[in-house]
Amino acid sequence: MKPIGVLCLQGDFREHLLTFKALGIPTVRVRKEEGLIGIGGLVIPGGESTVIDKLSKIFGLRDSIIKLISQGLPTFGTCAGLILLAEKLVDGTQTQQTFGGLNVVVQRNAFGSQLDSFEEDVDFVGIDTPVHAAFIRAPIVTEIGADVSVVAKLEDGRIVGVQQGNILGISFHPEVTGETAVHRYFADMCKSANF
Amino acid sequence: MTEKSNDKQSTPLVKRGLAEMLKGGVIMDVVTADQAKIAEDAGAVAVMALERVPADIRAQGGVARMSDPDLIDQIISAVSIPVMAKARIGHFVEAQILQSLKVDYIDESEVLSPADYVHHIDKWKFDVPFVCGATNLGEALRRVTEGAAMLRSKGEAGTGDVSEAMKHIRTILGEVRALSSKSEDELYVAAKELQAPLELVREVARTGKLPVVLFTAGGIATPADAALMMQMGADGVFVGSGIFKSGNPAARAAAIVKATTSFDDPDVLANVSRGLGEAMVGINVADLPAPHRLADRGW
Repeated sequence: MKPIGVLCLQGDFREHLLTFKALGIPTVRVRKEEGLIGIGGLVIPGGESTVIDKLSKIFGLRDSIIKLISQGLPTFGTCAGLILLAEKLVDGTQTQQTFGGLNVVVQRNAFGSQLDSFEEDVDFVGIDTPVHAAFIRAPIVTEIGADVSVVAKLEDGRIVGVQQGNILGISFHPEVTGETAVHRYFADMCKSANF
Repeated sequence: MTEKSNDKQSTPLVKRGLAEMLKGGVIMDVVTADQAKIAEDAGAVAVMALERVPADIRAQGGVARMSDPDLIDQIISAVSIPVMAKARIGHFVEAQILQSLKVDYIDESEVLSPADYVHHIDKWKFDVPFVCGATNLGEALRRVTEGAAMLRSKGEAGTGDVSEAMKHIRTILGEVRALSSKSEDELYVAAKELQAPLELVREVARTGKLPVVLFTAGGIATPADAALMMQMGADGVFVGSGIFKSGNPAARAAAIVKATTSFDDPDVLANVSRGLGEAMVGINVADLPAPHRLADRGW
């Protein structure tokens, strides 16, 4: 299969690379535009969404990423990655922009400060066993548009995972808990999409 | 369906997790809400609230303490990125206050005047995560034993001289490499020499890395300094006086952010190093009399 690109501007990209490595799935680091050539999927990692947004502009990646997403490149965002895939953002900074792609509204830092961060097992549509997830100053999805399906919810009903076609966005970090099921799920999405 | 575990807050995974998200980023010292905003706009991954930047603490002398809670509240309101704040070494009440203010991380820092010359804070008692400084692997592992969820090499704060930061990161990561080449039966003496618990020493020897994220700090003043630390193997950088004691803080902050991401690309580093105005006025660490060296605080 074509390698999955992992956006390596800032954040926990190393954990994503290691998770795919554990699954035997080839990856490539994306820090410049050339890194986007020949990839079969793209991961936008956890990190600080305002910083990844800025760096994607500074290093000339933003327009190419938006174009690839619109052409159907399978894309997977965790936490800050979900924020960057949202069409609309609540509680962002004044200048903050997103790539878009998911027809949802995402609220940044929706749980509060670091003291409100937590780990929990979450049911995930399409994965048989609950996924062990870390929510670190995590966002939530507050509204979903047409064609968006919910893949993960908390017990109180708050939406923490959505999929729209080839785009998957989740509030949490399976990559820091030793969890591989969601990465396997995304790799399967990439295989079927055959971008 | 498999039985689920309950929500768990403030677990080691959750505490260390935030540090994982800060990797590849720059954490900037700020003393006012305005500075915090400038730092956020320049691309800081987090800000560190303190009373005075280290260069001023050094110049003015006196006892350096936790910031005024009003100031910390203002900084938390001004930005959307994580806010860290400094407590004195061993001052667990300052830490209790900072936790009550809901800062995202506490830095138990040698930059402030120590409150206890023997004991550090028992960081396991807190829900908020801690970052601590270290000059060598033994010190780093003692801090992790006390509950630190993130480490930073100390360097020599407030000098603009990167040589101590270099010494400390070389020492820490060199000692990690040395440990991973030892045989199992050599680890007992290694633990004794490092003055660190055997279990942690075994973990480092087995994995070849520290159990928590390691940033670097103390004397970083230019984009090249930040890239140097990243090439040495730091997970990210703290910049203290280097930004707001320079000629053009916003431009210098943004340049250091770019250099930290593109640390291995000399063409980018050349570009971002241009036209930044004056760097902070430095002090050579070699000229500092021993009692004025902050890195010696902590044990």
